[in-house]
Order: sequence, then structure tokens, then C-alpha cells
Amino acid sequence: MHELSIVADLFTIIEEQSRQVGAKRVTKVRVLIGELSGVVPELFRTAFHSYKKGTIADKARLEIKVTRVKFKCHGCGQEIKTGDISSPDFSYACPFCGSKEVELISGRDLCLEKLEIET
Amino acid sequence: MEKRKKEVLVLEDILGSNKKIASSIRKKLEEKGILAINLLSSPGSGKTTLLEKIGLRLKDRYKVGVIEGDIETERDAERIRKIGLPAWQIITHGACHLEAKMLAQIFDRIPADLDFLFIENVGNLVCPASFDLGESLRFVLLSVPEGDDKPRKYPEAFITSQVFVITKADLLPYLPFDADRVTAEALEINPKLEVFRTSAITGEGIEPLCQYLEKKLQELRTKNA
Ligand SMILES: Nc1nc2c(ncn2[C@@H]2O[C@H](COP(=O)(O)OP(=O)(O)O)[C@@H](O)[C@H]2O)c(=O)[nH]1
Ligand SMILES: [Mg+2]
Ligand SMILES: [Zn+2]
Repeated sequence: MHELSIVADLFTIIEEQSRQVGAKRVTKVRVLIGELSGVVPELFRTAFHSYKKGTIADKARLEIKVTRVKFKCHGCGQEIKTGDISSPDFSYACPFCGSKEVELISGRDLCLEKLEIET
Repeated sequence: MEKRKKEVLVLEDILGSNKKIASSIRKKLEEKGILAINLLSSPGSGKTTLLEKIGLRLKDRYKVGVIEGDIETERDAERIRKIGLPAWQIITHGACHLEAKMLAQIFDRIPADLDFLFIENVGNLVCPASFDLGESLRFVLLSVPEGDDKPRKYPEAFITSQVFVITKADLLPYLPFDADRVTAEALEINPKLEVFRTSAITGEGIEPLCQYLEKKLQELRTKNA
């Protein structure tokens, strides 16, 4: 359960941002969670709602967008957008040329995308 | 007064602060010519035992130090000290992984003339994968009794590592563990992985692994020169 320490870092950014833009309160938080970030969205949600109490985002809603994994194939150079990585027939090989020399270019991201605030 | 709502685009990496600390640790270590290795695995896969074996093999020719990450107790650090190596214990008090700021807190105690700094992460194949510690190399260990279906179950650990070590290879004759299959699966997830098989009982694989580490240390020193 490392989601709690990640949420703690998230709130450091939220509080810093709120100060910068003069927010009185944060009403919505939207984050991007990569499928290969190692973060479980549901655990993140639970951690968020327990951490938010008493902060500037006390009543905030949390929106999570799970971002799919993207690979680049070194065989044919194409970008590969994948399906659900947890499905049993998920393949790491390139669907265009079959090469196994594929490199992860996104899907590990953990990003605070935007806030909705009241001023 | 009427409340006004507005949207603020932030686009900030949530792990940015950890990454920043990790980068500064990496820079300091590399400048000193210290090769740092972060070891990830489930509890009981044989991290401490492997470090004992590697430590014994390297300690006559190199200065080796070990950082031990554990939720509680100083036991692993004591095991390392018993073989004559310096060890620094980080007790996380419940946290299931090490973070760069925990390393930063003890960084001043690490001698500048080390060759190898091993960091044994908290036993857990999931959470530690998300946190860069400023290491030069990441090892993921999987022991034969854990089963050969693990790489796909824990892709983050395999994607972020450079080395995959199959430990407890002496148990292969007794368990339904297909080492070739697990190697192929790990390479499918990360084609750049270097794969080793080791046994602390027979000594298999310890020598090639140490030679690999020596090669990596040389590369780091050449880069610095
Ligand atoms: N058969 C066998 N047992 C091992 C080997 N390496 C470690 N063990 C045993 O596995 C257990 C856990 O090892 P340890 O190094 O403490 O694992 P850690 O939790 O990953 O640090 C201990 O009882 C070790 O003696 C090995 O290569 N072969
Ligand atoms: Mg241990
Ligand atoms: Zn291709």
C-alpha cells in the first residue's frame, strides 16, 4: 500500500498550487494514473479520501483517468497502443511486425492533471 | 461574496519530488564512482543471502557497503555486519518501500570511497518499483519456490529493472518451475534484462554475477574519467 505515500506527495503539490493561484478551496482533483505505474486506482481513491480531511481539498471529488500503455517497436518503428495489460492474451510483442524489441514510452505516469478551485 | 469556480491546469508529476531527490543522489554517487544497486523482491526470495555471497566474493578487492530497508528490526544489517561489511539500516516503520528521501537522510554516513553500494529494499514486489532511489542498477529477484508465473503479474518490477536474478536455483529439481519459460516471459516484458541464475547453496551463478558487477563498475569509472 504505497498509495498513501503517493497521495501525501500529491497533497504537497495541491497545497502549493492552491497557494500560487489563491484558491480558497479545491473542489475537484483530476489525476492520470498509468496502467504500469504500479498504483491501484481503487487504493489511490481510498487513500485520497482519507487524506483529504482537514486540507484545502476537504470536499474535493477525485477523478482518475487510467492511461494506457504505449510502446515503440524497434523492429518497424511504429507506435503501439495496447489493450488491457492485465488480460491473459495481452502480448508485449509488436502486432505489426512481431518484433519483441519493444520499448515502453508511456504508461508509467502519475500526474496531477488539473484542479477545480474556488477563489 | 459569490464563489467563483475555475479550472487550473497543473500537469505535474506526482512522484516529481522523489525523482528530484533520487537524481541528486545518483549524481553524487556517480561522481564518487560508487555503483549503487537497488534489490527488489518478495520477502524471503534471498536478497540478504545473495548479498552475503556477493559481499564475501567482492570484499577483498573492493569496498562494499549495504543499506538495509526493513519495516522493523535491524536483523538484516546485523547479518551483513557479521561478514565484515558496513551496513546501514533504514527502518520504515510500516512503509512498504524505500523512498529517495529516506536515503538522503543517511547519505552523509556513506563513505565516499565505496566501490559498491547495495540497497536491499523492503520485501515487496509491487510498491518499491515506483520509487527511484538514485541507483545505477536495479535488480529484481525471483526465487524458485515462488513459482514461474510472476513476471507478468508484477510487470512494473521487471520493466524498471536492468537485471533479473532467479534465486534458489538448487531447488529447480524439486519444484515445477520452468526457468526457461520464466526467462522468456521476463524478456518479453523487458528485452534489455540481463538474466542470472544463482544458488547460495551450491554457489552457482555468483561468479558471473560478480563479474557483471565489476564490468558495470568499470563502465561507470570510464565514463567519469
Ligand atoms: N535452497 C536455498 N535457500 C535459500 C537460498 N538463498 C536463500 N535461501 C533461504 O531463503 C530464506 C530467505 O532468505 P533471505 O536472504 O533472508 O531473503 P530476503 O527476505 O529476500 O532477504 C532463508 O531461509 C535462506 O536460507 C538459495 O539459494 N537456496
Ligand atoms: Mg532480507
Ligand atoms: Zn514492429
